[in-house]
Amino acid sequence: MTVALFVPCYINQFYPNAAIATLQLLEKLGVNVEYPLNQTCCGQPMANSGYENLAEGCSKLFTDNFEGYDYIVSPSGSCALHIKEHLHPSDSPDATKKIRKSIYELSEFLTDILKVEQLNAVFPHRVGLHQSCHGQRGLKLSQMTELTAPPFSKPEKLLKMVKGIELVELSRKDECCGFGGTFCVTEEAISVKMGKDRISDHISHQAAYITSPDMSCLMPMEGLLNRQDSAVKVLHIAEILNSR
Amino acid sequence: MSNQKNHAELSKIFNKDEDRVNWHDETLWWVRQKRDKATHAIADWELLRELASQIKNNVLSDLDAYLMQFEAKAAENGITVHWAADAVEHNQIVKEILDRNGIKQMVKSKSMLTEECHLNDYLEEHGIDVIDSDLGERIVQLAKEPPSHIVLPCIHKKKEEIGDLFHIHLGTEAGMSDPQVLTETARLHLREVFLTRKAALTGVNFAVAETGEFVVCTNEGNADMGAHLADVHIASMGVEKLIPERKHLGVFLRLLTRSATGQPITTYSSHFKRPRKGQEMHIILVDNGRSTQLGRPDFRNSLKCIRCGACMNTCPVYRRSGGHSYHTAIAGPIGSILAPNLDMKDYADLPFASTLCGSCTNVCPVKIDIHGQLYKWRQVIVEKGYGDRKKAAGMHVMDWTLASPSLFNLAGKTGRWILKYAPFAVNNSMNPWYKHRDMPKPPATSFTEWFKTNRPK
Repeated sequence: MTVALFVPCYINQFYPNAAIATLQLLEKLGVNVEYPLNQTCCGQPMANSGYENLAEGCSKLFTDNFEGYDYIVSPSGSCALHIKEHLHPSDSPDATKKIRKSIYELSEFLTDILKVEQLNAVFPHRVGLHQSCHGQRGLKLSQMTELTAPPFSKPEKLLKMVKGIELVELSRKDECCGFGGTFCVTEEAISVKMGKDRISDHISHQAAYITSPDMSCLMPMEGLLNRQDSAVKVLHIAEILNSR
Repeated sequence: MSNQKNHAELSKIFNKDEDRVNWHDETLWWVRQKRDKATHAIADWELLRELASQIKNNVLSDLDAYLMQFEAKAAENGITVHWAADAVEHNQIVKEILDRNGIKQMVKSKSMLTEECHLNDYLEEHGIDVIDSDLGERIVQLAKEPPSHIVLPCIHKKKEEIGDLFHIHLGTEAGMSDPQVLTETARLHLREVFLTRKAALTGVNFAVAETGEFVVCTNEGNADMGAHLADVHIASMGVEKLIPERKHLGVFLRLLTRSATGQPITTYSSHFKRPRKGQEMHIILVDNGRSTQLGRPDFRNSLKCIRCGACMNTCPVYRRSGGHSYHTAIAGPIGSILAPNLDMKDYADLPFASTLCGSCTNVCPVKIDIHGQLYKWRQVIVEKGYGDRKKAAGMHVMDWTLASPSLFNLAGKTGRWILKYAPFAVNNSMNPWYKHRDMPKPPATSFTEWFKTNRPK
């Protein structure tokens, strides 16, 4: 099976280890991974700020890079959701339609397409799972506490395959981290408060690591943890699933 | 309410007292948890939401016909029906009714519509005294503040602050903050009001087109006390409050209070159908922008709202910024998709006061896609030129960079270089990220660079 790897811009530049782990994990599972070198960004930062029209250049570039693939996998629920819901370049509607159907966030690709039932990973630490909103409520990677429906969690299912891992229970299972794209600077006060509350939920339950299918949630949490000189670390879920 | 206020600035002020933010957040989270408990006790909760959503969609699709049916039935029942195109007309109609009856004092139960229309201010300017009879509303009225929440108007106030207000206005002992004592004081104070007011205004939760009756839901019985004792009963309702048939109340009454506070039903769900002998009963059907919203395909279903407040209780931003930060009568996520319809310039900030986490959409009992509409309002606001100008320049630069792989790689390299060798360029007070958070530690290479080295073709 061949898949195209879409690495979100900020992961590419600031968190390459999350992308390397994603690549290695997919390769370990027997997937032929292609990485289109001219990729940049899904266009979400502009679109969420109200400049969907300006994201046209990004959309076109994205389409040029990922046209024709049956599976596009990304280590980000948020960016995958943006492609699924808002990719619309004007000149190639068929290619766009196909891309929107072919994009997968990493953990849903592992559970739903590869149907992974076991992993050769070891991570003997206490880990808190942050349910990133766009992955959870947008892509339905896991059940949402607001709904009266049977529980499930694709990321949690995968994490439970990791030897030695101890998942911590949180007081608020699926509250937002406060990142929200440009929200994190335009509404700095609230964004920081939301992030502080989120990390203290993990810390009070003695998590040594906070993980998530979205690095964009972990990024501000890491910034707050480092500022507080906390020993708690953040890791993208791929890095745990790929650990040994 | 027009001004230069914006949500980010007002939230910053609210967040100066972190203990208070924690208290506000915990209080509303507790309400959200009560809601969860109540909804999980109903096997078909999600089905009930879907049903309510479809009933409301049906109403919105045929609103004119339902309104005329309601008008005819209500008139048959002896209710005088008035139509108000906007807030000004609504306020004038109320005043005319009071003037005609020579009434200078009125008691009013909870009505967010009258907050939206700023009725109290208008009547006060014209020498008419209004007393809000809902306890929370009365408290914020004494504090000369607007409500901060549509169901829990004084949720931002601590009992000690309420004690101080009651000491000043209702003569309780200084320092008395026992809720039981304060409530009993308010009860006696309001009892006097109920007995002496000749006019009572109530809101409307549901109006039944089939029968021409309307239903008012309260926990305190204050709407009934007011309306039953007054010679004139005025009910103000937004035109979207209709439901087709009485049996549909079985759907909405089950959803409303479970969503709002986690109660199975309001203590009082009072049906008003015809005036009692010698009483005048008026209903004012208010548009105030609703037909404009109905004409916006992307936003029309915001009119399904039954004002339960669940989206506020669940909203991580609302819980930490307080209702007043939204500087509009209806705060929170729902207010942020309703307000721009009334004034796109004054409320241009509100659709951006969200992380688009989507929790609001999931708790909404009538399935309004609230966070989807917040995203869509952002596009409209920018397109119409009401967006943040400073942001626009940055967005253009971002677009140029991200639409070009070579520029992107160069910018990334530069960014990582700066973080490594010149961190002072970003780690300073000009960078809002850095105020409370460290910047990411710069890696040696980007993923693309790593890939080229480690997976050579």
